[in-house]
Amino acid sequence: MNDEQKHAAPGEPALTDAVLEVRGVRRAFKRPHGEPLVVLESVNLNLHKGEIIGLLGRSGSGKSTLLRIVAGLIKASDGEVIYRGAPLHGPAEGISMVFQSFALFPWLTVQQNVEAGLEAQGMAADEIREQALRAIDLIGLDGFANAYPRELSGGMRQRVGFARALVMNPSILLMDEPFSALDVLTAETLRTDFLDLWTENKLPIQSVLLVTHNIEEAVFMCDRILVFSANPGRVVAEIKVPFKHPRNRLDPRFRQLVDDIYSRMTVRAATGKATVLSIGERLPEVSTNLMAGLIETLASETYAGRADMPALAQALALEVDELFPLAESLQMLGYAELESGDVHLTPLGQQFALADTQSRKIGFAKQMLTRIPLAAHIKSVLDERPGHRAPSVRFLSELEDYLSDSAAEQTLSAVTMWGRYAELFTYDDAAESFSLDMPEAETV
Amino acid sequence: MDSRTGAGDPKITLSELAHAPAAVRRIVAHPYLAVRGIARGNLPSPWDIVAFAMLFGTLILISVGTSQFGAPLSALEKTPVDLSLWALPYYALRTTVRMGAAMILSLIFSIAYAGLAAKSKRAERIMIPILDILQSVPVLGFLTFLVPFFLGLFPGKVLGAELASVFAIFTAQAWNMAFSVYQSLRTLPPDLVEACKSLRFSPLQRFRRLELPFAMPGLIWNMMMSMSGAWFFVVASEAITVGNQTITLPGVGSYVATAIAEKNLGAIGWAILAMLIVILLYDQLLFRPLIAWGEKFRADNEPGEVEPESWVLRMLQRSRFVITLWQPTETFINRMLRQRKAAAVRADAGLNLPPWTPLAIDILWYGLIVLAAAYGAWTTVRYVGHTLGFAELGHVILLGLATMTRVILLVALASLIWVPIGVAIGLRPRLAAMAQPIAQFLAAFPANLLFPVAVVLIVKFNLNPDIWLSPLMIFGTQWYILFNVVAGASVFPHDLRDAADNLHLRGWLWWKRVMIPGILPYYVTGAMTAAGGCWNASIVSEIVTWGDKHIQAHGLGTYITQATTDGDYPRVVLGVAIMSLFVVSFNRVLWRPLYRSAERLAGVEE
Repeated sequence: MNDEQKHAAPGEPALTDAVLEVRGVRRAFKRPHGEPLVVLESVNLNLHKGEIIGLLGRSGSGKSTLLRIVAGLIKASDGEVIYRGAPLHGPAEGISMVFQSFALFPWLTVQQNVEAGLEAQGMAADEIREQALRAIDLIGLDGFANAYPRELSGGMRQRVGFARALVMNPSILLMDEPFSALDVLTAETLRTDFLDLWTENKLPIQSVLLVTHNIEEAVFMCDRILVFSANPGRVVAEIKVPFKHPRNRLDPRFRQLVDDIYSRMTVRAATGKATVLSIGERLPEVSTNLMAGLIETLASETYAGRADMPALAQALALEVDELFPLAESLQMLGYAELESGDVHLTPLGQQFALADTQSRKIGFAKQMLTRIPLAAHIKSVLDERPGHRAPSVRFLSELEDYLSDSAAEQTLSAVTMWGRYAELFTYDDAAESFSLDMPEAETV
Repeated sequence: MDSRTGAGDPKITLSELAHAPAAVRRIVAHPYLAVRGIARGNLPSPWDIVAFAMLFGTLILISVGTSQFGAPLSALEKTPVDLSLWALPYYALRTTVRMGAAMILSLIFSIAYAGLAAKSKRAERIMIPILDILQSVPVLGFLTFLVPFFLGLFPGKVLGAELASVFAIFTAQAWNMAFSVYQSLRTLPPDLVEACKSLRFSPLQRFRRLELPFAMPGLIWNMMMSMSGAWFFVVASEAITVGNQTITLPGVGSYVATAIAEKNLGAIGWAILAMLIVILLYDQLLFRPLIAWGEKFRADNEPGEVEPESWVLRMLQRSRFVITLWQPTETFINRMLRQRKAAAVRADAGLNLPPWTPLAIDILWYGLIVLAAAYGAWTTVRYVGHTLGFAELGHVILLGLATMTRVILLVALASLIWVPIGVAIGLRPRLAAMAQPIAQFLAAFPANLLFPVAVVLIVKFNLNPDIWLSPLMIFGTQWYILFNVVAGASVFPHDLRDAADNLHLRGWLWWKRVMIPGILPYYVTGAMTAAGGCWNASIVSEIVTWGDKHIQAHGLGTYITQATTDGDYPRVVLGVAIMSLFVVSFNRVLWRPLYRSAERLAGVEE
């Protein structure tokens, strides 16, 4: 019982028969001045019967945007999605979605939640009840039919989410990071349960589109993985996963593929070994504590200055969304280099690991001023002004020329945090302004 | 652990508040304070001015138009008010029915108004400032315009008078309910919104399954608070004289008014007793069951949390009789809302209009509003200027300052007394659980029933009205400060108290560093409600009567009441407009910024 049986039967047209086609879909926002902000670059994708396709990438890489365009929840700026021979104009019949945060109505019982979609279609009450109970049974929540979501654990709530989607008899199931809000054990149970149902043909669906930021999950579940990169969001690689279900995480080929994907996702960062950052460069909101922690970990005997990213992620229990920004911030500041899926400390990083707090701060300040133009810019503005004060909105509006509003806020917040650590400047939250007025240093 | 800072955050976060007893949690934000759409800064936005002008223009037009309809006293059906004890239950019933009718009206209004404002950006821009100003206009000021309007609509019939009273009560209830629904509609959980779209709900379905249930907890709480606050106005609106038109509707208010005219202190005593019973019944039979039922709609309940209980609700839920009655209704509703065909919901649905259409509509819409506002402003200025002159304006502003001084002093005094007591109670859970319902009860009780007692004392001891009438203003509203502070103290995090003990923080330092910042959002909510109540109360408390004796203090309340009795509309408009300006300014300049700072200090994340 494996996924080969999902392929087209002999005599039928081959897998060129796509269930869903995404043609040149692009999403961009016009900005008041400057270039439009591109959230998702042109994407082409064909979804076939019997396939689970994974959209893998960090947050901000446009994968969720693509999923929502296919779900009909947002409109593409360019391109179209063809489903059942016609372009998509909104949520279509036959496409159902499972949400990261479960999206259950808290005031309805499990059964009422599952029935909600069918009710909206105008079916007869008896039929609705029967189908709902069948779906609840399928995902294993029989007996919880009249429980409220607040009585259920996270895993059970997500099962209800699945039931609600499956009861609509969809041909395509869309999943938006369905397991990322669950703890590791529960997520694993749900994944394997889902895959069991899938391979045993017990599910009414023909294909699945799965969004995830967990590389292992993608390799574990998907037949094909589209790797996305951020700023702008676009597909950088398409990877086939030829393994049969059930898949073994410890299989060397599995691990090799995971490693491979890690490298591909850090490709852009790696080529920027000595790139000069622009003033509008997006800075990850990473705390200096974490950075110091990672540097010390890398400098320790376990790694001796160099670590394989997948292994590091596993050892520190970090997701891609946490590890990548952290590693990139180290690279930006010159404390580490990223290449082919590895992180290794530069001599500066080694120094940092051995230094005491004061020397670290001094070194950090120097790095900030030389490598992060935004920090140098803020410092120079503060130096010039007579009162050595500047409102944060000034810098925020400058950043908004380069970045989206939320990215600009994040970047400013990051540089504020780092600047305060480095004692380059201070920030007054109430007045929302930067200044050079340091509290007087104690004379020891 | 917060991944950004890499350390546990010691601030009082919203999640900690969320683990507080449910009944206490919702006191954090008065819906008006929670709404963030109104004016970014403290200065009035242009929309406020527009809203103000439109509103007062409308009021003037109404009064000018209907003053033609003067219905003479004799034409109005008048039944003398019976002061015997046995008539009271009937009067209490009439009063309650009036309240109920106004509540239904308020409910419909708030859902419709907030629904429109939440869905349309253009509508929102003007509707929310209008709501803001409406809630600052003294309710009894509204009454002055409503009475002739409705009496004019139904000349010679009691219906007109009843409607005026019902609408006056409506204006006491509707605004904060509308704010609450608006706030709920603007903060719908985005994942649920997406789920509704993905399941292809029709707009009606979405309203029933998502929007209404989500708005329920806030709406129910505000409904109950509104009703509590409205008893005061019911009583005040049942017996008033506007120029040559008088309302004397059967009810507790007119019972008391007649008792005052006849100097019957005993009757007043009975009236107070009757009101106590009514409010007790309302509390047990309506307030608590509804609040307990509303808990079902809370989106953020964790398993195992203690929820408010009501014996009435439990009884209803378990009674087979009630369940059998309810079933057919539910089936009927379900059948009504079922769609025949799948809704063809388009993602960004729109007709193929030329790209300049939004701009054209904007110009048209805002242009219309500005024109209406300009006309309203011109009407107001002309009306008031012609008949009164600007010297009068100066006089009125001075009176307003006098009343404002009283309000500030009284709120400050009440704070000094009740904040320490409230904190002491709030830090002791068992005491807090007992005190909360009592404080809420006291806040609901219409203080104007007690005014005659105070008046008698003032007359007897020949006291100075300017000083001794003032406490009447805060008498009914000080309880808001109390129960909000009790709520705030009872959710104050234990670990912070322990840390303060450990650091040996005592006395003024403890208050300054620990307690006051912690309860500040709650205090501001309570104080703002109390202050607003004071302004309203000033209209009936700055000038009081006992028999044929009039006692009055110098202030804006006296001015407005006097002008109302004389039927002097221009003066009423001027007085009410100035009072509204004072209240709006207070809200914008003091309460809202204070609330924002308080939230920031308390670490509540936006």
